[in-house]
Amino acid sequence: MNCPECDATLNIPDDASVGEIISCPDCGSDFEITKKDGSNVELKQAESVGEDWGE
Amino acid sequence: MPIICIVFDRLRTEEKMLQKEASGMGLDVRMLDAKTTCINTDSKKEDFDLGDVVLERCVSYFRGLHFTSCLEFMDMPVLNRFDVASTCGNKMFMTLLLKKHNIPTPKTHFAFSATGASESMEKTGYPMVIKPVIGSWGRGVMQLKDSDTADAVFEIRNVTDSPHDRIYYLQELIDRPPRDIRVITIGDSPIAAMYRRSSGGFKTNIALGADPELCEITPEMEDLASRTSRAMGGGILGIDMMEDNARGLVVHEVNNTVEFKGLARVAKQNIPQEMVKFALNFVRK
Repeated sequence: MNCPECDATLNIPDDASVGEIISCPDCGSDFEITKKDGSNVELKQAESVGEDWGE
Repeated sequence: MPIICIVFDRLRTEEKMLQKEASGMGLDVRMLDAKTTCINTDSKKEDFDLGDVVLERCVSYFRGLHFTSCLEFMDMPVLNRFDVASTCGNKMFMTLLLKKHNIPTPKTHFAFSATGASESMEKTGYPMVIKPVIGSWGRGVMQLKDSDTADAVFEIRNVTDSPHDRIYYLQELIDRPPRDIRVITIGDSPIAAMYRRSSGGFKTNIALGADPELCEITPEMEDLASRTSRAMGGGILGIDMMEDNARGLVVHEVNNTVEFKGLARVAKQNIPQEMVKFALNFVRK
């Protein structure tokens, strides 16, 4: 699968789950896996870090 | 067989570790994304696939807190409880509760306007540390070394959008080794601890690159961590302590949705497994 931002190849591990964040190795954009059915994966732009994020 | 539900908004290593441990214990695990879940005033817990107990693990404090409120509205057992999450997520509420329970904690001053903060600093002198009441990973934590720095910081805080920026949390700078101690407590018992060594500045957040190192839990740490957990209302907590050269250990922070992947790599105990076991016992009570 290619990065929706810069078209670089995204490496999505086989055991990746819905909700996980995938980072593009080229442009650094973060994407959240929204659907995964075998090798069919859907991504959306991940939320940016919020003021209230963290432990 | 009990069913455990892990509520998340960003699936991090910690949530995957919890999922794996729970599955390994033979439990059914449900993963629920808070971002795509809607609840209303007629909602019942049976409307959702929540299982018997929820571990709330959102990275966003406000999202997790409000989601917890909905879960408790539906009489769903959830860790941590709303009142614990609410207190720990706000440094001012947390500090006041620590002091109320005679837990040693750095002296902290509160002001409610930039003018009030400046007047407070004139009385206390410098240096002091300013921290946002809401926020983590060391963001917005700054040393105020002199009045010029303080004036600049207060001026910026005065024009930002967040209403929490009008609340000024000013803490004494503790004379200590360049590290702090993170103790994870589960049900008021400390199960693992690490030193977090500063990577140069005065902050010791792992998120900022501090170096984690396993820490042996001393009887003093154990007592302080247990008392702190009880003061906050229990559950699963990350308690941060500093070694004050003058007073010994002081508790400066209690974390609600504790991150543990670094400590889990070196700890003797299986931290996610202990968390899952505690959640099961929590629902049986």
